[in-house]
Amino acid sequence: MMRKTKSNTGLAILTLLLAATVFAQDIVTWINGAGGKPALAVIDFRGSGSQPFMGAFNSTLFNDLQGSALFDMKAKSMFPLNNPQRPEDLRPEDGGQGFALSDWAGAPVNASHLVFGYTAAQNGALVLYGNVFDTRQQNQQSAQLFSQRYAGSLDEAGAIHVAHEFANDIILKFGGAASLLGSRIYYVSRRSDNTSEIVVMDWDGGNQKQLTRLNSLSIMPAVSPDGSRVAFTSFAKGTPRIMMIDTMTGRALPFYNQEASLNANASFTPDGKQIYFASTAGGLAQIYAAAINGQGFRRVSHRDAVESEPKVNPKNPNLLLFDGGPGHEQIYQMNSDGVGVERITNGEGEAANPAWNQDGQHFAFSWTRGYAKGDFNIFVMDIGSRQFVQLTHSEGRNENPSWAPDGRHLVFASTRTGKSQIYTMLADGTQVKPLTTQGDNRSPVWGVK
Amino acid sequence: MTNFRLLPLSKPLNKAVLTLATVMVLIASACSKKTPIPPPPPPAPGPASSSNGSSSSGRPVVAEFSVEPSSIERGQSAILRWNVTGSTNVAIDKGIGTVPANGNRRLTPADTTTYTLTASGAGGDTTATATVTVTNPAPPPPPARGNAGARGTLESRVQSDLRDALYDYDSNNIRDDARAALTGDADALKRILADFPNASINVEGHCDERGSAEYNLGLGDRRATSARDFLVQLGIPADRLKTISYGKERPVCTESDETCWQRNRRAHFSVGQ
Repeated sequence: MMRKTKSNTGLAILTLLLAATVFAQDIVTWINGAGGKPALAVIDFRGSGSQPFMGAFNSTLFNDLQGSALFDMKAKSMFPLNNPQRPEDLRPEDGGQGFALSDWAGAPVNASHLVFGYTAAQNGALVLYGNVFDTRQQNQQSAQLFSQRYAGSLDEAGAIHVAHEFANDIILKFGGAASLLGSRIYYVSRRSDNTSEIVVMDWDGGNQKQLTRLNSLSIMPAVSPDGSRVAFTSFAKGTPRIMMIDTMTGRALPFYNQEASLNANASFTPDGKQIYFASTAGGLAQIYAAAINGQGFRRVSHRDAVESEPKVNPKNPNLLLFDGGPGHEQIYQMNSDGVGVERITNGEGEAANPAWNQDGQHFAFSWTRGYAKGDFNIFVMDIGSRQFVQLTHSEGRNENPSWAPDGRHLVFASTRTGKSQIYTMLADGTQVKPLTTQGDNRSPVWGVK
Repeated sequence: MTNFRLLPLSKPLNKAVLTLATVMVLIASACSKKTPIPPPPPPAPGPASSSNGSSSSGRPVVAEFSVEPSSIERGQSAILRWNVTGSTNVAIDKGIGTVPANGNRRLTPADTTTYTLTASGAGGDTTATATVTVTNPAPPPPPARGNAGARGTLESRVQSDLRDALYDYDSNNIRDDARAALTGDADALKRILADFPNASINVEGHCDERGSAEYNLGLGDRRATSARDFLVQLGIPADRLKTISYGKERPVCTESDETCWQRNRRAHFSVGQ
């Protein structure tokens, strides 16, 4: 009777999810982005008094736009010999020379939009004049999507900075989610057999900064939705306990740990007001919830199985995923009142590290399906259809995926070159980039700042 | 909530073990009585003394002047013996003075010493010498490791007397070998906790590298708890045992093979705070 009630609740949840996504795309389509991507032709910008920095500028602009996965980036080898640098350079009547938008709209370029402009040294600063025009519009006025002026320092860093800002504005213009600019990645840096510290770096791997100095094991960080705090698991007082720190200063914030041999792997609710975590306060490791200062904790689940990594759905605070038994690790879903437990992964291999996409519909996770025990790969699954796609293919262990604020990039840890390092990639598994190369770095989470 | 059952040793089996142990002790003591008698000491060397003189001359004859043993370590003693005939007075130097014609004296010289005996008679004097060599004693051996008097530090006792309990993959069931290890650990723990009344012991749960770090933290806690519960059933006070899960964060080895994985799937003991 009990069992029937549970599965009915599970069915109800499933039905709700399916109803919410009647027009849900096929997962492969979702991952690859909807059809009809804008086709961008991005010219090589030149500089007046700033030419030495234009190599860095052009590669940054191109990589940022390509990395957004919003665009079909057109090959520069197909471009006309001439290109406009200013809107007034456009001459619709002079077709075939590269100065008419129609030269870019048609074969062989086939671009829907032209990105052009130039930089100049002006009063000791580097100034960028950037333009985006729709090549398919006859009227130059309606073709102009936007033209914008940016300023940076007159050096390579300044050139890279204005390229990031320009790319960010283009991405936003085309409906991209928040860009990666300013976002940061928190992770665990192993220092010795018995010590690890929480470290933060920029989204591109730069500017690494150690946040904790506890000289013990600090593991499993989670970042709050506003990026202001990080919760992690600390062995500083012997048993694993949750610690909360300010992400700017690294200072400890008050957090009450209930009496238990283990309080660990916390995650924040989407409103940032609560945390869910695993605790043995009731005997075995099970799911609990509490306010972000640890007060007012309540037990959520009551199963006789190891349970960890509770993750609340960003669109539905009553639904959470977690990693647990019985038997071997799989991904389960559960209502926030502990009922409606249902296994989501199909029982093959071992599945762990569920991470919701911002859309509340898809989640990334680690799975050994098709490989030996311990050989995890990153997968993405649609919670409604249970369709899944494998993103990494057995290059070492690939674990702990976490979504970027843009909902299109993932950060994860991989042992593909030996020791564990941090990588980013697009949600389709392409554009894999190493962010760390030294030491032993694990468990990344991507914060908005 | 743990899913294992404790099987106590049956009483007949206990008795059998006890009987076997008694028999072995008896055999051992009988054997010690039959230890072969050591061979007798070699014959004493001839007199170390030299005697000169002749009866015909009318001078006393020193039949014996010797020291036994001729070599001692400092602090030990030797016996000087002498036997003189035909003398009116017998004297030994080095502060011994006049002695009977026949006698012995226990001596404890600090250094190598040569004694001279002078026997006086009608026909003149006869002298003889005897030397005892004194050596410095060898330094005493260093104290045995883990000085038996203190019976070792808490740390060393926990490290040497307690064995890990090993587990199957993704399991916290107490296997037969773990049952044996923990049963022995319970006896050792009783002694350790009696010797160190304020000590508390950590029961650490560890996992191999293969599952996720997050899941393994929970699994390690289950292993530590199952080992702790087993020990409590064998009479260890629960308040002296504290469980800590390290998940897969503190492996004893890092090779990716079953030998190493098995070593890491363990309940391990350490000194509590």
